Amino acid sequence: MGLRTFIQGWPVYRQLTGTDPLGRGAAAQSARSAELTARTETADSMARSVCPYCAVGCGQKVYVSDGRVTQIEGDPDSPISRGRLCPKGSASKSLVTSPLRQTTVRYRRPYATEWEDLDLDTALDMIADRVLAAREETWEDVDDEGRPLNRTLGISSLGGATLDNEENYLIKKLFTAMGALQIENQARI
Amino acid sequence: MAEAHPVGFQWVMEAKKRGAKVFHVDPRFTRTSALADTYLPIRAGTDIALLGGVVRYILENELDFREYVLAYTNAASIVSERFVDTEDLDGLFSGYQPETASYDQTSWQYEGQERNGGEDTAKERDSAAGLRHESHGMPVPGQPPQDETLQHPRCVYQILKRHFSRYTPEMVERVCGVPKEKFLELARAWTENSGRERTGALVYSVGWTQHSVGVQYIRTGAIIQTLLGNIGRPGGGILALRGHASIQGSTDIPTLFNLLPGYLPMPHHADHVTFDDWVDSISQPGKKGFWGNSRAFAASLLKAYWGDAATPENDFCYGYMPRMTGDHGTYQQVLNMIDGKIKGYFLLGQNPAVGSAHGRAQRLGMANLDWLVVRDLFMIESATFWKNGPEVETGEIVPQECRTEVFFLPAASHVEKEGTFTQTQRLLQWREKALDPPGDARSELWFFYHLGRRLREKLAGSTHPRDRALLDLAWDYPTHGPLVEPSAEAVLREINGYDTVTNRPLAGFTEARDDGSTAIGCWIYSGVYADDVNQAARRRSRHEQDWVAAEWGWAWPANRRTLYNRASADPQGRPWSERKKYVWWDPEAGEWTGYDVPDFEKTKPPTYRPPDGASGPEAIAGDDPFIMQSDGKAWLYVPSGVLDGPMPTHYEPAESPLRNPMYGQQANPTRKVYPHPVNRINPSPPEAHSGVFPYVFTVSRLTEHHTAGGMSRNVRPLAELQPEMFVEVSPELAAEVGLSHLGWAHMVSGRAVIEAKVLVTDRLTPLRVDGRIIHQLWLPYHFGSEGLVTGDSANDLFGITLDPNVLIQESKVGTCDVRPGRRPTGPALLDMVADYQRRAGLTVEHRTPLATTDAAGERGEDA
Repeated sequence: MGLRTFIQGWPVYRQLTGTDPLGRGAAAQSARSAELTARTETADSMARSVCPYCAVGCGQKVYVSDGRVTQIEGDPDSPISRGRLCPKGSASKSLVTSPLRQTTVRYRRPYATEWEDLDLDTALDMIADRVLAAREETWEDVDDEGRPLNRTLGISSLGGATLDNEENYLIKKLFTAMGALQIENQARI
Repeated sequence: MAEAHPVGFQWVMEAKKRGAKVFHVDPRFTRTSALADTYLPIRAGTDIALLGGVVRYILENELDFREYVLAYTNAASIVSERFVDTEDLDGLFSGYQPETASYDQTSWQYEGQERNGGEDTAKERDSAAGLRHESHGMPVPGQPPQDETLQHPRCVYQILKRHFSRYTPEMVERVCGVPKEKFLELARAWTENSGRERTGALVYSVGWTQHSVGVQYIRTGAIIQTLLGNIGRPGGGILALRGHASIQGSTDIPTLFNLLPGYLPMPHHADHVTFDDWVDSISQPGKKGFWGNSRAFAASLLKAYWGDAATPENDFCYGYMPRMTGDHGTYQQVLNMIDGKIKGYFLLGQNPAVGSAHGRAQRLGMANLDWLVVRDLFMIESATFWKNGPEVETGEIVPQECRTEVFFLPAASHVEKEGTFTQTQRLLQWREKALDPPGDARSELWFFYHLGRRLREKLAGSTHPRDRALLDLAWDYPTHGPLVEPSAEAVLREINGYDTVTNRPLAGFTEARDDGSTAIGCWIYSGVYADDVNQAARRRSRHEQDWVAAEWGWAWPANRRTLYNRASADPQGRPWSERKKYVWWDPEAGEWTGYDVPDFEKTKPPTYRPPDGASGPEAIAGDDPFIMQSDGKAWLYVPSGVLDGPMPTHYEPAESPLRNPMYGQQANPTRKVYPHPVNRINPSPPEAHSGVFPYVFTVSRLTEHHTAGGMSRNVRPLAELQPEMFVEVSPELAAEVGLSHLGWAHMVSGRAVIEAKVLVTDRLTPLRVDGRIIHQLWLPYHFGSEGLVTGDSANDLFGITLDPNVLIQESKVGTCDVRPGRRPTGPALLDMVADYQRRAGLTVEHRTPLATTDAAGERGEDA
């Protein structure tokens, strides 16, 4: 390193001669930080998303590298949020990457004191059987005067306000065809 | 708003920077209060008295925007001479029927239209029929008599004036505990900031909806905003801040028992036996307004459901539809679970053990099922009630004796699936998928598509008539990827609707037909896939478009950002002022134009007058902006459609330490109650023993937590920021009860005892109300027994009493006792609740009186 390079590398020199007289930007940057690259720049992909918490609908950019979410930040283009996120929205990466997330099916037998494992396909099949059985057991064809009822009051459901419109659409469509009326969500609460 | 919707609150701060005055009304001083110009502490559950005071202030001082009111509201309409107001019936309206605790609405109608009134509104209460009006008003037959001078004693304007005459500044102070001067400051600022040149906005959240008289809270706000000309105009409106990413979407495309997509009613067994009964009850043939096209919306929905099987000849498979017989809401369901009537329960990203009122009832219900399916990101309290719930500690639930079979299925997060959320202003925003979900985690789209596929496989070949609806269902969505994920875009396209012959996506709901040539999953969302383009995925930067930002996402209906924006122009179609210009009539072009998509027929001129006998949209005049109302007007007085009165009235909460200072009628006489051994409601005056629960408590959110905590108590940074359940009390209450800062307290209601750390702060202030000091406690409701941080659930304290219009529970106010120290554990906890129940007279036979005035008739007292 020559003397000239050494002097030019000195922050005070850069502050006095450069474009950053207050020394709060380029003049103060170290060689190490100059070499750093934001993980958002090197991400494999970025998805434009929406915050999953309240209903303001802040825009999010979700960065993925090597099959993992590496960053979630506000979308500055959004006319709703202008790039901002609140404490919850800012914690979205921790939400989706939380080690506490359940990633396998858990099953509790009647009268059991502990969970056990269950294969997803088996679980889906068992649930389908139970739906059909509950429907069979509680089906109502007609009322006292012979007017159609076409329903079961043996099955209930609660949820939907954190789900997508497309999901709610399929849920309502399927439950209606099953004759299951008792479907509710947070909007009632 | 700064606490629970912080990023939305930036716009309030923008407005403040430009000179707007910000008022904050809340039982507790919050971050919002800190940033407001004026903060008004209020007794929880008394907002109608406060707002009613503002209505009176407007009317007494004639500060309404008279031109707007005359042209765009029903102020001049004349009401039946049979109508009797709460002023004359001690807090009841005419038509109260003590046997059913509901109103015969005949006398509430406009003059000459008495037959339009519903006589049996108890049935409408059970089916939460009021919810249908999220997209449209009730029908009225033709034009009622008018008095444009607003002098007729029975015109709406004069009736309103008499009704609210009692809501004086002194009365506001006496009921709400809001000092008179502060109230007058609010009323003055609100009226001064409304009119031609200025507009004012009203923002509310569940602090208004979760009451036994919640719909009427919002009605009072609507009356003020309509009188002041603040609806359909920029900077105006009534803005509901909803609390979940797509809670608006789950109302529009409802996972609700009483609705179908687009606010079509779920059929009722007695009223909607045939397809014609059903659609006629919606469209009301011969009646005015856009709802007249509902036959096409209804036929197109059934066509989307049952595809090729649905034909005009078989009434589009209407015969497959399940029918309501009464109240099938979530709280009725929970009591039915306790009573052993329900076999299976699905919980989809919802945690009622913590998030719903009366947590103990929720958990006891879940412990008495055949099976429960929980789909969530985390192991929540509703999945582990049999193992870790408070009832296990008290011995009420014994794992070895609890028969409920529980399936926990991990769910995909918002970044692991694609689809749309509808945010709080009806804006649909498409989310791109970032990556696949981990392990067994799957989207609800995947779960329900494959569950449906499997049910249909298992039933294949069935000859049972009841299985036809499943077997004929249009359920062939394209799938992709190794997880065989159904295409969310294909579902959105069906929601938008398509031509069943050409498969072309529809441009909007005006293309809906009732002959089977269109299929539409949700008619109000039609247009979201116009031109075969996912309009909800539009992300044109805010820097590249104007402030309305019409090319960011897509808003229903028809991408309109402000509803009823025809009202931003005067009757002749000119902007009310240059400053508040938004949508106007362009006479040269012969069409409506402006910054937003006009909420009006594009080429219908302001001078248009309907021909005699017109019905449907044709009957809406060129100067009637409220096109989804049957008369095109905003309703200051509601002759039908709201079950607890044509005008709002202050009632005390279902649990209150005070006798109603305004009327003999204590609480909403039509509220939905559930007499059940598990649901003991604390006594309120005039009942005896209300002193057993002398304090008022309210609950709300912390910035760092979300609802029942599943999505925040399991997230490390958020759990660290708010690690503990606490109760906030004033220094005065702390001294009265003997609570110490950072010590423990326990709260007792007729349902439960919970404990919390004590936060003594002057953010809560004792209020002088009707000559007494009322202390209020505040609790966050996010805590439960699972997750990184745990604590008792505030919602355990609440009982179940609902608003009669929409069946939403009163969980923003209740009464309790508070004591220093930790609560007892085990059986001693049950003994403590039993002791309070005994002292309060809450026996199994106890019934809360609904009518508390002699005006209800001789049967009133024991109804």
